[in-house]
This record gives sequence, C-alpha cells and structure tokens, in this order.
Amino acid sequence: MLTNPFALARMGILGMNERNICYISKYNKRRHFPLVDDKLKTKKLLMNSDIHVPELLATIKHQFDVRNLFQHLPKTGGFVIKPSKGSGGKGILVVQENHQTEFVKPSGQSLQIDHLQHHCSNILAGLYSLGGKPDVAIIERLINFDQLFADYSFEGVPDIRVIIFQGYPVMAMMRLSTEASDGKANLHQGAVGVGLDLKNGQALHAVQFGEPISHHPDTGQNLKELKVPDWTSLLELAAKCYERTELGYLGADIVLDVKHGPLLLELNARPGLSIQIANGCGLKPRLKLVEKQTLTRTPAERVKFSQTEMALL
Amino acid sequence: MQHSRWRFHALIFILFFSGLLLSIFRHIEYQVPWLPGESLTTWSLEARVELLAGDDPVSVRLARPTDQPGFTRINESTASPGFGVVYQNTPDRIEWTKRSATGTQTLFYRTEFLVDNAQTGSEPPAPSLPTVVWQEPYNTAAEQLLQSVHARSADPISFAQQLFLTLKQKDNPTGQNISLLKNAQPDSATLAVKLLNQAEIKAATIRALRLEDGRRRQQLVPLIRVWVSDNKSVIFDPRSGQQGLPENHIIWQSAGLPLLEVIGGENSSVNFAIIRQQESITGAVRAQHDNSHDLINFSIHSLPLEEQALFKTILLLPVGALVVCLLRILVGLRTSGTFMPVLIALAFIQTSLVTGLVGFLLIVFTGLMLRGYLSQLNLLLVARISAVIISVIAIISLFSLVSYQVGLSEGLKVTFFPMIILSWTIERMSILWEEEGTKEVMIQGGGSLLTAIIAYLAMTNEWVRHLTFNFLGMQLILLSFILALGNYTGYRLFELFRFKSMVKDKQNAN
Repeated sequence: MLTNPFALARMGILGMNERNICYISKYNKRRHFPLVDDKLKTKKLLMNSDIHVPELLATIKHQFDVRNLFQHLPKTGGFVIKPSKGSGGKGILVVQENHQTEFVKPSGQSLQIDHLQHHCSNILAGLYSLGGKPDVAIIERLINFDQLFADYSFEGVPDIRVIIFQGYPVMAMMRLSTEASDGKANLHQGAVGVGLDLKNGQALHAVQFGEPISHHPDTGQNLKELKVPDWTSLLELAAKCYERTELGYLGADIVLDVKHGPLLLELNARPGLSIQIANGCGLKPRLKLVEKQTLTRTPAERVKFSQTEMALL
Repeated sequence: MQHSRWRFHALIFILFFSGLLLSIFRHIEYQVPWLPGESLTTWSLEARVELLAGDDPVSVRLARPTDQPGFTRINESTASPGFGVVYQNTPDRIEWTKRSATGTQTLFYRTEFLVDNAQTGSEPPAPSLPTVVWQEPYNTAAEQLLQSVHARSADPISFAQQLFLTLKQKDNPTGQNISLLKNAQPDSATLAVKLLNQAEIKAATIRALRLEDGRRRQQLVPLIRVWVSDNKSVIFDPRSGQQGLPENHIIWQSAGLPLLEVIGGENSSVNFAIIRQQESITGAVRAQHDNSHDLINFSIHSLPLEEQALFKTILLLPVGALVVCLLRILVGLRTSGTFMPVLIALAFIQTSLVTGLVGFLLIVFTGLMLRGYLSQLNLLLVARISAVIISVIAIISLFSLVSYQVGLSEGLKVTFFPMIILSWTIERMSILWEEEGTKEVMIQGGGSLLTAIIAYLAMTNEWVRHLTFNFLGMQLILLSFILALGNYTGYRLFELFRFKSMVKDKQNAN
C-alpha cells in the first residue's frame, strides 16, 4: 500500500513539505509572488521583452464593462477568457470558433454571449481567484498550436512545464489533456504527463494517474515518439524568466505556436511535484547540483549546463 | 541560514521547557493533579427579585445563603444596573439601594455552592424569646393545646415533634382548637413558631431551597429551627414533622428575619433558579485560591465565571489547530478551508458527534441542491453567497421545526453550526463539484469531516480538557509542537502512496 520513505529519499524525490520550506520559502521572496500570481502583471512585465507571450486582446476590469463585452471580443478567430489571479487552471474559458453571436468551445459545445458575460462576472467577483478577492478578466488570442502535437492531445492545448531553479532548467514535462481530464492539462485530473529529456526534448517516460503508460489513452499515439522541436530556444525562453521575475524556484508553462514559436503562457511560483512522476526521477539531486554552482552564467550558458550535466543525473 | 536554524530550535526548546516548568510548578505548588480527578458538584443558585418602583428612593434587602453543613459558598455576584450593592454578614443578606427608580426593576443575585462534606458551617445563635400574646378565645385554645403536647413530651425536641404531629392531625380531641388557631394564623410555620415560643422554646422560621437541576421560578420551603440550648439547634419540616434538613435542600435564610424587604416599591416578588454543574477539581482549586491573584499563578480561575466558560473553549482551539497541522503536514489530508474543520468540531462539541454529523451532512447536501439552482440564476458572487446564507438559515430553521414536531429535541442543536462558515463551505464545495468533479468533493469533504471528527475527539477528551484548562503552560507546549511541525521537511504519508509507482519502476528497471 505505502512505499518506504527511505527508498523515496534515495531516489531524491522532493516532498511537498521540503519543497515549501527548503525551496519556495527560501528562494522565492514573498514580494515577487504577485508578479506571477497575477497573470496581467506577468504579461505586462514580459510584453516588451524577448520572452514572447500570447497576444493580449482586452481586459475586463469593471462590472459595467461586462455589458459591453461583445465590443471587446475579437471579430474573428478564437480567444481565451481567463481570470488574472486564477490558480490551477480554474476559470479558463476557451473559445475555439468565433461565429460572432455563437461561440464554440473545443468540446463542440456552443455558447451565447450571455454565457461569456456570466463567466466574466464570476471572474470579476473573485470566484476563481485565491481567497475570493475581486479579480480582472483577461481576453487573449487563442494559441494556434503546432499541429505536430494534434495527435497527442484530446481537445486541449498541450503545454510544456519547465522547472527553473535559480535560472537553470532542472526538469521538463509535456502535459497532454485527455478525455478523463476534460481537456484540462492538470495531471491530478487525469492529464498525461510526459517527461522530457532536457538534452533534446525527447520523451522519456509517460504517466497518467501516477501509473506509467506508453500510448495516449484517447488518440492511441505512441508517446515515446514525441519530440519537441526547437528545444534549446524553448529552454532559453524559460531560463530568461528567472532574471525577469527574480524567483528562484519557478515553473514556466510554455506552448508552441505555429507562427510565433514558443510562447510563455504563465508562470507559477509554487510548481507541483508530479513532474517527478512524469520523469520517473527525483528533483533533489538536480536542485542540489544547481545550489553548488557559484559561477554567474547567462541564460544560454545555464541551458547548456543543464543540457549536459542534468541528463547524467 | 545555519545560524537562524539554531536559534529556531532553541526557541522551540525554550517554549517547550518553559511550558513544562510552568505546568510542573502549578502541579507542585497548587496541587493541581495531572489527571482529571473525580468530579465535584457545584450548584449555581440565582435569585430574581422583581418590584415596581414609584420614583422614590428604593432599598431592597434579600436574605442570602452562607456556608452550612455540606455546602461551601465559592462565589457570589449581583446584576442590578444602577443599584448600589452591599453584602451584609450579620445577618447574612444583600442590600440594593437606589436614589430614584421608576417602573419595573429586576435584580439578580447569583451564588455558587460546592458540595463539600467537610464543611460544618457555624451554628446560628439562638434569638431572644419574644413574648407571645393571643387574644381570647385563641389564648385558651393555645394553652389547652400546649398543655396536651407538654404532657406527651419530655424535652424541647420531643415537644416540638409532638406539636408538629398534633398540628398535622385533624381528627383528634384538640382538633377544634387547631382550626381556631389556624384562623388567627393561617401560615402553619409561623403558627408553630408562635406556639413553641409560647412554651418558652426558642424557635424561628428559616427557608430552604430544594436543589433540582435546571429548575426555574422556584420558591423557598419554610422550615423551623428549634434551639435546644444556646448553640445547639435542630431543624424540623413543619409539613411532615420530620427532624433534620430534608435531603437535597440548601438553607437560604437561616435567621428569623424576613426573606425580602422592599422600601420604596410595591408588588415585589422573588423566585429562584437552580443549575447543577459537574466540575472537576477546578472548582476546589478556585475556592482554594480565591484571594491569591499572584502573577505566577497563571490561572483562568481568577477570572469571572462567564469569562471562564468562554476560555474553556478558547483554550481548546490550539488543540484543534495542532490536529489540523498534524493531518495536513504529516498525513497530507486535503480539507476545504484550512481551519473550517476546527470550527465544525467546535459545533460538534455543542451538538454531540452523531447529531452534529447528521445535521452537518443534511445541511451541506440540501445547501448544495439549492446552490445548484442558484447557479442557474446568474447572480454575482456576493449576492449568491448571501442567498446561500439565507438558505442555510432556512434549512436550519426547517430542520429544527420538523425535528421538534417529530419529538426529536436533538434536532434543535443544529443551530449551533456557524452559518457563515457553512455557507462558504457549500459555495466552495459547489464550485469544486462543477470544476473538479464529484471525486474531489468527496476527497476534500471527507478530509474536512475526518479532520473535524479527530479534532472533536481530541477536544472532548477529558484529559485534554483538564490539561488545557488547568495548565496554561500547555499552550506553550502546543505552540512548540506546532512550530516544530512547521519545520518538518520529510515526506507526507500520502506522498508515500503518490510516489509509489516510481519506486516500483526503479526496482523493475534494476
């Protein structure tokens, strides 16, 4: 039923308590948290930098804006409505097809404008934000994700989570939504986690519900064949976030857009631990290795270091 | 970093040991036992005086009870806004005064007595013998009666006994005399005292209160005290003629003075309320240290009774917090709202566990149904929560009414649940249900309930209650535990399950 805690320790698996005390509270200063907890702030911070983010179309800040929501929506193309301070993917509404008066979700369900308005009201009232604080709704352009991964994902956009410790990428995984996860990319909801080799972006190991799998449960695609293109530039994009946010222990969610390449979707100051299950190895040896580094390196150098040194651990 | 760790551990150590020392000191110096001793009974008695004042200076005197065989007075207080209060000792009574009062006045006097078999009390001194004067034909009747009783008795006690027996009987030769005397003096206790005094036996009417838990609007029972010598007396119940204080009675007024005297008011009345409290050794400790409010004796017992009752609950909260810490840090249980389970556990203490659980589940489930409907109405969040609060109140009222009609008084206890907390719980559960599905609701709801039950069991444990209430040092020890837990970096119990497959894979790979 339970496993031996010493076996876990030997594998270098990071536990929740240790993550909170030894990494998050030690390396992430409290005053920098709002930068990543508030997606609007993250976006504004990164908008004019070399870290690309999805295009911001509009923000809905007041309840009276909700009535004029229609004017804020793009005339053509899909878009996403999300709460600025949401957590765990809550409150994200994806509109794939925009027929002006009718909006179609990826699941095929079609919505009217009043559904979208209700959703915005909920966001403004703080339904999805931490602690129920009043929030702002962000409308951004739907990512035109690379068809390369179309067969690997059910409905949702596959994203790549990279853990960055003091600017070094230490572990990466791709999250593929499934029917069980209802198009969402959260592993505990049933999404597939595919651990990626830091060296080349090649799939290493895949899990769903904590159990190893070899093929996607809905599309039947062989997960071992998955390989992320343009891997080094993706890691560099992630590594650059460290200088921008000053957060030592960071999770970056990145998607691949056909036109724009890797786009930073959001940052997380409390990234989860299931990435270890997806990779089939523990985070601790890599974190310890980074803690031993005394040289100051540029993002490109850090990525190179990770690609050569981490793969051995 | 290393330095601050060291200081942190020292802090935990200091907190733990100062808590321990404080507790040991209290144990040795004030002899507070580590284990809850056999419970002692105290009686809380309350006299309520009502009168109609007519804009004049008002002065009210009420007899008050004092230490007596079997009972020790451990505290007393009054509630009488605007009145000056004096506690008089000889005779034992309380005096309220006010320069000007209008309308109905209500005065409260409250006292607590510890059932204490070691208490002997002091014998009230014998009053002087009043001269008894009867008019004719009552005088002849009284004398005839006394002669016949005298003939049948040997000493004051047997005289009194015979007198009560005679007064009780209707169909004896002196029956006519008795009815005659009762016409002149309808109150049988006063009549008996008058007759005893006429026979040159010192006697007085006293009043006692029958002790019965939870009674209100009670009246005192008149009894008669007969003095054998100047400092030896015997109590008689004039109704039965029995010697001695009837069982479960406490003497309220021991002197032969009036129970209640009112100057400057009319329509006065007094009635009594009685509550029994089973207390542990605490009552005795309080009585013992009533006057020693020194700083070292950090004791809640030096506070007024009402605040003490409040602290009894407040001091238990850290225990609940510790349970939450243990379950979240060591086990990894997920709950909806961090300390919501502790509040639910507090409600369980009021309602008892099974009633509380059933009530909680009923309210939350009904609330979720209603919330399902509310979510279709497209309301703003604050308005929706407010609507949920009103629904919760409606559900609670309905359950109380239905259970009362059905005859289940237990159902009335659902009102003890914190309604705002319940409403938020319902709201959160409902969102969780929509977003994460039934499984997550079950996990978090079950986690919350499990935490609440464990916290309830810890907080109702007799030993835990005894320790937290009697040893304030325990709070420091609890704090040191919680601080130490906050520093725990090991795996959680659930993580051993979560990462199980990784270890298995590794073994297979090898």
